Amino acid sequence: MVRDLVKVYPAARGRRGRPATPEVRASDGLGIEVGRGEIFGLLGPNGAGKSTLVRQLTGLMRPDSGSVHVLGHDIVRHPERAARLLAYLGQESTALDELTVSLAVETTARLRGLDAARARAERDDVMAELGLTGLAGRPLKKLSGGQRRLACFATALVGERPLLVLDEPTTGMDPVARRAVWGAVDRRRAERGTTVLLVTHNVIEAETVLDRVAVLDHGRVIACDTPGGLKEQVAGEVRVELVWRERAPVDVPEVAALRSSAVESGRKWTLRLAPEEARAAVAAVTGGGAFAALDDFTLATPSLEDVYLALGGRGGDGLVKV
Amino acid sequence: MSAVPLEAVVRAEEGAVRVPPDAAAPLGARARLMPALAAVYRAQLSRARVARIPLLFVATFQSVGIMVLMRGVVDGGDEAHAVVAGSSVLVVAFVALNLLAQYFGQLRGDGGLDHYATLPVPPAAVVLGAAAAYASFTVPGTVVTAVVGCGLFGLPLTHLWVLAAVVPLSGAALAGLGAALGLLAPRPELATLLGQMGMSAALLLGVLPAERMPGLLQYARDLLPSTYGVEALARTFDADPDWGAVALDLAVCAGVGVASLAVATWAYRRAAVR
Repeated sequence: MVRDLVKVYPAARGRRGRPATPEVRASDGLGIEVGRGEIFGLLGPNGAGKSTLVRQLTGLMRPDSGSVHVLGHDIVRHPERAARLLAYLGQESTALDELTVSLAVETTARLRGLDAARARAERDDVMAELGLTGLAGRPLKKLSGGQRRLACFATALVGERPLLVLDEPTTGMDPVARRAVWGAVDRRRAERGTTVLLVTHNVIEAETVLDRVAVLDHGRVIACDTPGGLKEQVAGEVRVELVWRERAPVDVPEVAALRSSAVESGRKWTLRLAPEEARAAVAAVTGGGAFAALDDFTLATPSLEDVYLALGGRGGDGLVKV
Repeated sequence: MSAVPLEAVVRAEEGAVRVPPDAAAPLGARARLMPALAAVYRAQLSRARVARIPLLFVATFQSVGIMVLMRGVVDGGDEAHAVVAGSSVLVVAFVALNLLAQYFGQLRGDGGLDHYATLPVPPAAVVLGAAAAYASFTVPGTVVTAVVGCGLFGLPLTHLWVLAAVVPLSGAALAGLGAALGLLAPRPELATLLGQMGMSAALLLGVLPAERMPGLLQYARDLLPSTYGVEALARTFDADPDWGAVALDLAVCAGVGVASLAVATWAYRRAAVR
């Protein structure tokens, strides 16, 4: 239904007074297929090509080659149809910042082709659904980040589109607002078969709400599966976290040996190990000289975050912002 | 519109949520020009309450200040007409050209245009709605400036009704120019710079009496759309205004307005899909 066969976007633009930036293949032969009614996630580090993909999908940018089909419509040939098929929640709200929440939602509804009466009715429904009614008269820029995000999300819901493209919709939101967002998404999917394409950094959230997820890096899909399926890729591993009291006792040979495979952040070491290695590591740090320096340790089965880290690690540079 | 397979239509009529995967979904509604224009206009107008009021005061104070200054230099007669008319139209230039160029420059710079670009709105509705709103912002300031100016220089208020034509027409010309500059400038700072320069040009070439300018500047003055608004207004301060010339000046404003708004609409399309 959202069928992106291939999209290549080589951006090689030189600016006056500056050397031409090297070609960036933001979508490098990228292919994704999303089923109708699916909640599909795009996960990847900054600069992985998520935004470029979304811009091509929403008709904001033309791919150099390849095709984009949304709900049976060719968006490369008819970019103007995108606006009539999908609602897009971008990361910027400057177009709405100086409007009140109520007017921002109503205006967007009008611009999605609703007549005045329906625009007002949908505005009231969506604002009540998201718990925004109390903020109706406040300008967006006077709201907190999470509230503003929720108001922008409301503008994406009015005028019912069968596809919602949401770029980090829950950034800055408190748990109540997050629940309102996912509740609204689930309701639309159950009642109308709405499809959702979600761009996210938040791996934990991705794990709980997504049906399937594609991990992007350097303009390519490096993995695409259900969160469970992706986790199976690292199922043979255990995550070991060690927190040292002050600093790691690297003079203990076992600890020094672990260091090469650990990701260090301050006093915390994170290791992904095979089960028997993990057992040996825990035995090493909980006995002998290392134990005195140990503050805390945890053993856990891998999460989607570990998958993300494992996939990114292959590229050499650390990904991840959680 | 693409053809929808019959099967899809049949199933949809049965009330089934599931559509065969290959069937093209029906396209959502498209916003028509006038309702969309009205919605944009209303939204933009409401922004004045939140954000623009201080700047509108600045525009008026600036023009009144200039007239007070010029009163020491200009004795009266045609020069006084030019000063009052120039200062009044300067308010239009400040808001419609300078502020609108900044607004669109900022919107384009930080991705705010995406919001409009992913809605099924005719580009003209966004540009005309914003331009009309900014032209409307100038009305109170222009009227106050003109009335204060007439008081300062002892000019008749009789024909000030002509502002009802001068403000929208020179507003259209300058707002179109402002929108085009804002949308075409590669960076927001450049949009601000161009808007400021446009306004400075309107200030220098509009307020200062034309007779005292060197020849080259007089040509520049003829190229600036605000000049025709200034001339039209200045002519009506005469004891026996030449209405034909007034109408001609306003027609130039209207022509430039149509052209610059068309360019701005084209610039919007270009800026929206990068």
